[in-house]
Amino acid sequence: MVATRETRPAAPERRRRPARPLTRRQRENRAGLAYLSPTFIVVLVVVVVPILWTIMLAFQRIRLINIRRAGLFGEYTLHNFEYVFSSPGFWSSLWTTLLYTIGGTALSIIFGLVAALALRTRFPGRTFVRASVLLPYVAPVVAVTFVWEIMLSPQFGVANDWGGRFLGWDRPIAFLSQREYHLWGVDIPLALITVIAFEAWRYFPFAFLFILARLQAVPKDLEEAAIVDGAAPTQLFRHILLPQLGAVIALLSVLRFIMTFNKFDDVWLLTGGGAGTQVVSVRVYDFLTSRLDIGAAAAQGLVLAAGLVILLLVYLRFFAPRLEGES
Amino acid sequence: MDRATFETRLFGVLRWVVIAVLIVVTLFPFYYMVLLSVRPIEQVLQDPGGIWAGPAEWTFSTYREVLTSVDDGGQGFLRLLGNTTLVAVSATLLTLLVALPGSYAVSRLQFVGRRQVHFLFLAVYLFPAILLAIPLFTVFTRLGLRGSLGGLIIVYIAQTIPVSVYMLRNYLSTIPVSLEEAAAVDGYTRLQTLRKVILPLAAPAVMANALYVFMIAWNEYLFALLFLVENRPNWTVSLGLAQLAGGIEVSKTVLMAGSVVLTLPIVIIFFATERLLTEGLTAGADKG
Repeated sequence: MVATRETRPAAPERRRRPARPLTRRQRENRAGLAYLSPTFIVVLVVVVVPILWTIMLAFQRIRLINIRRAGLFGEYTLHNFEYVFSSPGFWSSLWTTLLYTIGGTALSIIFGLVAALALRTRFPGRTFVRASVLLPYVAPVVAVTFVWEIMLSPQFGVANDWGGRFLGWDRPIAFLSQREYHLWGVDIPLALITVIAFEAWRYFPFAFLFILARLQAVPKDLEEAAIVDGAAPTQLFRHILLPQLGAVIALLSVLRFIMTFNKFDDVWLLTGGGAGTQVVSVRVYDFLTSRLDIGAAAAQGLVLAAGLVILLLVYLRFFAPRLEGES
Repeated sequence: MDRATFETRLFGVLRWVVIAVLIVVTLFPFYYMVLLSVRPIEQVLQDPGGIWAGPAEWTFSTYREVLTSVDDGGQGFLRLLGNTTLVAVSATLLTLLVALPGSYAVSRLQFVGRRQVHFLFLAVYLFPAILLAIPLFTVFTRLGLRGSLGGLIIVYIAQTIPVSVYMLRNYLSTIPVSLEEAAAVDGYTRLQTLRKVILPLAAPAVMANALYVFMIAWNEYLFALLFLVENRPNWTVSLGLAQLAGGIEVSKTVLMAGSVVLTLPIVIIFFATERLLTEGLTAGADKG
């Protein structure tokens, strides 16, 4: 059956039906399902079923104490959603999530792009620099958030000490616990910006990795021809490299957007969701652990997922530059 | 001087500036982590801006406190290291065991629902992990899996398998089908082909994938927090460290020593296998 595919490489996928003897196809079908079944079962049991269950929980009035009584035929109600939408801080938390996600995604991709362009050509020590650049991404989140916390601490952090010494800050700045900071006449959301900066720092290596791999696959002659024609580096970037990078940047934007939108541990470990950094996933955790309100937590989480799906659909419909030709 | 020459020179300089900034920005926090872990706490409080400490100042009492067992008045991180290793290694092996046949099926075999597979995987990422936590928490409690490392391993497998299947599939599709046909002609069954032909050829991707899963499992925090927090002997290092930070009487330098203990194994593994990992992670990405 594999041979049929080989002999007619240009034909589209649909063609295989008439030519193939049924039994063989069935055998392959069976093998395919069998090989995939462990994966399928794990994802089904640990991901899909819990999600469906969560959807059910979101429509029931359940707290941690009475979860044992929760079943398929509980009383369904929209109460949780009413509660979630009307509870104080819901909209601001959604807004915070959006700012955090867009900021983190955009900055990490821009920094990743700059880093990839700088490390593109060989120089002595490049391998080492490339590996070091990836460190923030591979290091454990708990450890790096603690270092950031200590570096930025108003009492014994190196940032504030140096700020006072070299930049003339008259007061230490509480980067992670101050909601608003008055700078040049405007209030900026300080803690949120710090958390976004952390996000950019931790995930720019991810963008860097993908962009660098793509950069190295750009055909050399294209660029050489442009250089012979006297193109300046900015022109080279704008007209040769950027079109080549379009697809990978689009893919990265979607991936990072999804990941950041659902991010919990980074924000939780840095600020605990305080000082204007309460993103929705932290809010879900708060509902769950401090109020033990499972129904409301589930509803809140569903709203988050629904928001993400809507944003993705809008993106795919209007902005996606033909995402991935394959599969 | 025309624009091209000017820009070439300008970016020639800027490039080195960027490289220097990159090195400082990425490495400084790690340097600072190590530095603080060996500086005595009094000195840190006295001179928070100091970024150098001679060997004469160094103290390793922080590491002693972190590593000695709880019974001896320490924080017992050695045991936590053992737990984390166990979880990460088992999650890695099991994920591969499940993902290899899965990715082979997706890349090579025609079967009903092949095209729908990624919707299943998408579900893993579209929903925040915290949402899965609610039902899993309940089920694991009922099954008695909460607080056990086994439950955690299962969750890590589910969390990493979509990416694993995707990575392996990309690599497998670069292996010529004719090799399999040759093996089939030689009378190999499909499973034998997978084991004796495909697996050796896909070794780089399998290794890269193993490292990826290992790192995710080693670094994970949320599920460890939710499932293990009440069972101290089973804590992972990430959880132990976060719990340590919650304690009031623990000094920041001890916290940094704990961070070093948590980070060092990953950094060593990463530097040893960097090339393999970066190539494996982005395999297929350069096709655009």
